[in-house]
Parts: sequence; structure tokens; C-alpha cells
Amino acid sequence: MATVLDPADAPAANEKQPAGRTKPTTPGGRRRHFPPLLAISPFYVLFAAFGAFPIVFSVYLSFQDWDGIGDMRYVGLKQYGWLLQDSVFWHSVLNTFEIWFLSTVPMLFLALVLAFLLHSQVRFSGAYRVAYFIPNVTSMVAMTVVFGSVFAQAGLANSALRVIGLDGVGWLSSEWGIKSSVSLMIIWRWVGYNALIFLAGLQAIPTEHFEAARVDGANSRQTLFRVVLPQLRPVVLFAAVTSTINGLQIFTESQVLFQSTDVGTTGGPGQEGMTIVLYLWQKAFKEHQFGYGAAMGWVLFAIIAVFTVINWRLVAGSDDDRRPGIAGLLRRKGARRGR
Amino acid sequence: MAAEQRSTGSAGLAVGSGSRLSRTCVRAVLLLGVLVSLFPFYWLVVLASGTTQDIYRYPPKLVPGPHLLDNMGRVLDTVDFFGSLFNTVVVAVLGTVLVLFFDSLAAFAFAKYEFPAKKFLFGMLLVTYMIPAQLSLVPQFVTMAEFGWAGSLKALIIPSAANAFGIFWMRQYAQNSLPDELLDAGRIDGAGFFRLYWTVALPLFRPALAFLGIFTFIGLWNDYIWPLVVMIDPDKVTLQVALANLNILYNTDYSLVMAGALMSVIPLIVVFLVGARHFLRDLAAGAMKM
Repeated sequence: MATVLDPADAPAANEKQPAGRTKPTTPGGRRRHFPPLLAISPFYVLFAAFGAFPIVFSVYLSFQDWDGIGDMRYVGLKQYGWLLQDSVFWHSVLNTFEIWFLSTVPMLFLALVLAFLLHSQVRFSGAYRVAYFIPNVTSMVAMTVVFGSVFAQAGLANSALRVIGLDGVGWLSSEWGIKSSVSLMIIWRWVGYNALIFLAGLQAIPTEHFEAARVDGANSRQTLFRVVLPQLRPVVLFAAVTSTINGLQIFTESQVLFQSTDVGTTGGPGQEGMTIVLYLWQKAFKEHQFGYGAAMGWVLFAIIAVFTVINWRLVAGSDDDRRPGIAGLLRRKGARRGR
Repeated sequence: MAAEQRSTGSAGLAVGSGSRLSRTCVRAVLLLGVLVSLFPFYWLVVLASGTTQDIYRYPPKLVPGPHLLDNMGRVLDTVDFFGSLFNTVVVAVLGTVLVLFFDSLAAFAFAKYEFPAKKFLFGMLLVTYMIPAQLSLVPQFVTMAEFGWAGSLKALIIPSAANAFGIFWMRQYAQNSLPDELLDAGRIDGAGFFRLYWTVALPLFRPALAFLGIFTFIGLWNDYIWPLVVMIDPDKVTLQVALANLNILYNTDYSLVMAGALMSVIPLIVVFLVGARHFLRDLAAGAMKM
């Protein structure tokens, strides 16, 4: 990186110096820039090798038919044509969205409620935070194994239902059972995390705003909807965007719940637990269709990009400082810091 | 949320700060949340300390049994637990150290120095942060295979040795809490870039490094899809993959699998509890900045 950038700077620095001087008088000599450029270079070198190159390569790969060992065969856009006609792929897209919706909406709502309650509760707040956050830091594989036993036909969930006189549910065998169990695992994992994020947002609201609202005679509902929620918007936006990105990449829960010894996994009975990333993994690494997997990666990328933009627009609402895109987010962040 | 009250205290939020009844309600709901959060861990201990027959019993046995050590011993006999634990520790520790070093170094440069194309380079860094990892799963694996790194721990450590999130996070911190006067004083004493980084900046970065360190460590420890894909040799895997394999091969032997799950979870919970105070405060701050 340094070698690319230095020449542009070097002539200007040299021209200013009278010949014969050994040390530049201006502080902006090229050697001054070398240490910081060297300091930032590891990231760019690693990104070039393990980020940018693979991404460019995956464009190429997505037009090839390749099993990873033999020769590549150019198939061009036909690859994407096959993908768009693949009913299992569409099923996985639908499943992913259903699971995403079933988990994200209740999760963000519960997190908001918990954050409000935590905010009004001073005692043991440190202990609550630790307890709420523990699901998020533990291994998803281990906890999926645990939930797998809870949701088994003779597992704890159905035992509890029998105790209160209800029939058992096919948690891991029926369409909505599968989607509910995966969603419940996601909710369990992320509610506390988002509650803590929302709590931080609540705590950042200046007390004067509440006092001003009180002076103006606002009741608690007006305070909530006119003062609290608008100010929480950037934080809710953050949570919604991260939840969407995470939600569209669900893999571990479905993979571990329904894995088997033969060819990886099928996503459970009726493939109702098959998600986009699970299908990508299945095609690329179990059936060795690398080109197909690469193409699927790009479709997933497009879906995530579209939903991220929609999310930004939805949550950002119609306020003046709405500036979708990274720039807008950063500008808003700067504005907040200045407050 | 029926317990809403008009705000009274300086905490300022109009929820539950009023009557004793509403405060009791708030506490009850919060406690219920704690129970739901922690129950799966309790259940894991129950399952790991019982026999497989206990699991199918109705009504279910809700208290831990006496077989915990037996089951753990069987895990050690069945899979190379310590081997995969060792792999995981190497990846998590080395990976974390590299991330802390490279990220803080780059953050120091971005926060306190001017250099050509700085804005462009920083913008590029933020854009890379938006790229989902799954996009490059296939080509990254092919790259690793070409390098001859597939199946080696290098494949788990090197590609993630510097990351955009950490640089962004450390830079925010450096801008706010590293006084220019201190650096100027160091310069007068003749210290160059790297000396200033090592002796002045790094010690002051400690709180931010603590958060980034735990965050990175947890991420590396729990990562599943990438080790699953790239650690092609079944005898040389990380803890997560070993546990998943145990689950495939012995899924009728519940108590064995649960003992393995418990053993894989304990080290990380200890790390988290030790660093939780730092971690939770800074996580919230990080989200506010994003």
C-alpha cells in the first residue's frame, strides 16, 4: 500500500527543497508518512488476500461448473438460471424469511420491553446484564444440542405441555414446529443482547428532555412516543439491521438440529429447516458444486443488501436527517457524538 | 407494561418508578427473564449428569443426577477432547493477540496521523465491514486449498488477524482518550511512531483492548461454519466441530453428547464472567457509536 501512495506525495515535497539540503524543512516529507502507512497495511494486505481476491474470484467461479478437483467448465449465466429454477433454493429462501420474521419481530419487541424495565430498575442491574447476555456468548453448537433435546418428541417441551393437559407438538417434525423451534432459539440467544443495546440508548437520552416534557405537561404515553422512541431510533435501526443480517445468515441451528451422517443435512423433515446458507454449504461442501455455491453467495448478498436498505428506510422514518446508506449512518453517528 | 407510571425520579423514564406494586411487577418480569436465559444451562447440567434413560422418562427428572464424572470420562474416551480444546485455545489466543496488535496499531495511525488517501482508506475499511462472510465462503475455501492451508490452524487464525470492526472501534477510542499533548511530549523526547504507539498509546488503550479482546476471543472460540468447512482433516478440528461430530455419531447417547456440550461451554463462560464488567459496558457503548 505504501509504495502505491508515496510517489504522488514525493515530488511535491522534493520541489520545495533547495538542492543540497539533506533534511526536509517541511514536516510533510514522504518518510513521515511511512510509519502510519505501514501500521495500517496489515488490514489491507489481509483483506486483499482473504477478502477482495476471494470475492472477485467468486464472481468468476459463479459462471463455472466445478467440483473442486477436475477442470472448470464455463456455463455463464446459465448457473444463475439453474439457481432461479431450483425449487429447493426457493424453499430455503422462503424458510429463511419465515424464520427471520418469526424471530426478529418478537425479539425486538421483547428486548424493548426488557430495556424499559431494566432502565427503571436500579438494584442488581449488573447481575441482570450478565444473566441476559450469557445466552449470546455461549457456543451455538452446544446450545442447539440442548434445545434439540428439549424439543424432541419425548423432550421437556412436550412433557411440559402434557402436564398442563395439552397434546405434544412435533417441534422437530412439522413445518411450523421446525420454524418455531429455530426461531425460539434465535430469540433466546439475541433478546438479552438487544435489550442491553436498547438500554444503552435509553440511558443516553439527556434528563433535560424528560423535564422539558414534564414542564410542557406531557403524560407518560406522550413522553414514550414523542420523546423516548424518536431518540431511540438510531439504536433500534442498528438492532434491526444487525438482526436482519444475522437472520438471513442462519446456519448453525438448522445444521446441528438436523445433521446426519450421510450427506450432511437436508434441513429436517420436508426440508422445512433448510436455510439459504445451509443450502449453500450443502451444495458447495457436501455435493462439491463450488460454482453453484458461489452463485448462491451472490444471490444471498443481493438479498441482504436489499433488506438492509429497506430496513434503513423503514426504521429511519421520514425525518429530515434520513440519509440511507453508510454515509448517512456515519453522519448521524457524528451528530450524536457532538451532543 | 400495565405498570406504567408518570416519571418521578431523575432516571426520567415513565415506567415502573412509581408504586410498590408496579416495582414488584417489574422485578418479577426481569427475574422471569433471568430464569429463561439461564434455564438451558441448568438443563444442560441435568442432562449431562444423568443417564440416557433418564431423558426419556415421564415425568422428566428435573434435578441433576450422579453420573456427571462418568459421562465426562466417556467423552474423553470417545473423542480427542483435549486435542480439539488445544486447537481451539491456540486459535482463540493467537487470533486475539494478532487482532489486538494489528487493530490498535492501525487505529493509532488513523486517529493521530495524517497520511495520503487517509479518508479513502478509512472509507474502504468501513465498506469491507458490510460484506457478509458467507459471500466469500466458497472462494475463501478454494484460496485456502490453493495456499495449502486447508486443514491447518493457520486458515483459522491468519485471515481474521486484522478486522475492520476492531480498527473502527479502537480509532473511536483513540480519538477521545489519547491526548495529543502526551504524544507531543513524547515527540520532543525523540520518540518515533512505533515507540509512541508502544509506550504511550498502547497502555492507554487498555480498557478498549479488554473489550475487543474478549469480543474477539468469544467469536473465535464459537466460530462454527468456517472451521467446519476448512478443517478438512476429521482428526484435527476445533471444539465446536468436534461437538457437532459427537452429536452426529452418538446422538442416541444423549448423556454423552450433553457432557461433551457442557465441557465445551464451561471454559468460555469462565472467560466471559471474568471480563463481563468491561465487556457489557463497552458493548453498549460500541452499539451507540455504530
